Amino acid sequence: MNDHTTIRLLKDKVFRGTVMFLACFSMLPLLLILYYITRNGIAVINWEFLTQLPRPIGEVGGGVFNAVVGTVILIILSSILSVPIGITAGIYLSERSEGKIANIVRLCVVVLQGTPSIVIGIVAYIWIVAPFHSFSALSGGVALSIMMLPVIIKSTEETLKLMPYHLKEASLALGVPYYKTILKVILPTGISGILTGILLSVARITGETAPLLFTAFGNQFMNWNLFKPIDSLPYRIFYYAMSPYPEWHAFAWGASFILVVVVLGFNLIARGVAVKWKVQF
Amino acid sequence: MESTVLSVTDFSAYFGENQILKNINLDTGSNVVTALMGPSGCGKTTLIRCVNRMHELIPGATVKGKMYLKQDDVYAMEPIVLRRKIGMVFQKPNPFPMMSIYDNVIAGYKLNGIRLKRDELDTIVERSLRGAALWDEVRDSLHRKGTFLSGGQQQRLCIARALAMNPEILLLDEPTSALDPKSTSAIEELIVELKKSVTMLLVTHNIAQAARVSDYTAFIYLGELVEFGTTEKMFTVPKDKRTEEYLTGKFG
Repeated sequence: MNDHTTIRLLKDKVFRGTVMFLACFSMLPLLLILYYITRNGIAVINWEFLTQLPRPIGEVGGGVFNAVVGTVILIILSSILSVPIGITAGIYLSERSEGKIANIVRLCVVVLQGTPSIVIGIVAYIWIVAPFHSFSALSGGVALSIMMLPVIIKSTEETLKLMPYHLKEASLALGVPYYKTILKVILPTGISGILTGILLSVARITGETAPLLFTAFGNQFMNWNLFKPIDSLPYRIFYYAMSPYPEWHAFAWGASFILVVVVLGFNLIARGVAVKWKVQF
Repeated sequence: MESTVLSVTDFSAYFGENQILKNINLDTGSNVVTALMGPSGCGKTTLIRCVNRMHELIPGATVKGKMYLKQDDVYAMEPIVLRRKIGMVFQKPNPFPMMSIYDNVIAGYKLNGIRLKRDELDTIVERSLRGAALWDEVRDSLHRKGTFLSGGQQQRLCIARALAMNPEILLLDEPTSALDPKSTSAIEELIVELKKSVTMLLVTHNIAQAARVSDYTAFIYLGELVEFGTTEKMFTVPKDKRTEEYLTGKFG
């Protein structure tokens, strides 16, 4: 081997090493986040923290049960609002790859995805909070559902576009009407991709704080009424972290820990669904 | 010829301005296999896709002329009604991937919302799978997914799915082009067996296959029906020079 080859091989090694190092480096932020949250948050996590309501400052104990319930209500509410619209729009876009309306819809989806969440919060405020003269769970659900929409639409469209055309032909050739072909053949075949998209969109909105500031607002009491302000984990974290009391800071860490675990859980389930329910052709 | 099942008169098909089929005239009797043969792009696939009106699903596709399935005017019916009377098997096996073998066979009933009793369905499944020579291979795994089968088995499953609807005619669009030689001969044997009970229209670019399985052959070239007659006659004494050249491998 001459010198030239040695240098080239060395360059090759340096390049491989750099790429791998930087790839591993990109995991560092996540690992640090998990480390800090676990270190600071795990201490306050206990059964009481999960099942009790917040107490006024000065009193020992209490928990974030209302925020957990509020987050669950907000997730369900925003899913009910966004999933049907999102899937239908996704079907339309996958069926119409050309066409003026389809292209306009597609553009709007991209723009909506890029719209700052705080702006969506303001819009929900104007639509629902202002006319009802009250912050409400409903307005928070609407704001979050607007955030979910683009993710669901995009993932449904991409999933259905991957369905082979011969599958549709097989159904149509049996005399199955177009709408049943879509609903009973194409959608069930793409269910894993669509569910994955929904779960990822839920994971995305679970941690959203900005759109909730002027909509769901937050509530230190338990609330089941959709027309009243409701608490949520991100809001509770914000509220506690902004306070001057060390006890509340600890609670903020604890709530952060729960939130991260929940979001991580949604992501892992989404992965599981994508792999396990994937349809083999 | 026996009683006519499919009758095509002065039939033309277009994609936009492009004329794909030019004044086709063709009659097929019952319980025979008619092979449509010709080089790629000659319009043979378009012709069978016109029979069950799958042709018109492509934007810009139009047709002219008459086509009758028994007494029914094909182009006066609702496509979804027509397609239930016509079975179709495609180039690539396309069983429904989320359905079991059992459900694939009765997909025509299930997806169309036709409700039958369990034992009626069982009978249809067994009869269709036996008809497609697949019963013995899958009788113990009826509730497994259809996509676990081999390519040739999947194609026979698709044939069973078409047979389950008791079609008046079965359209086979190059059913063996995606299969290995062994599966191909299994499908060909099946076609010969099936013609006792079903009328078939077989598209093939394989001359030998047309010779092996069909009773009548139509040679289509550049959208024109060059010659149509019994397979025996066409392969021994072709009338048209183009047919002879195609059969002897001068083009195609």
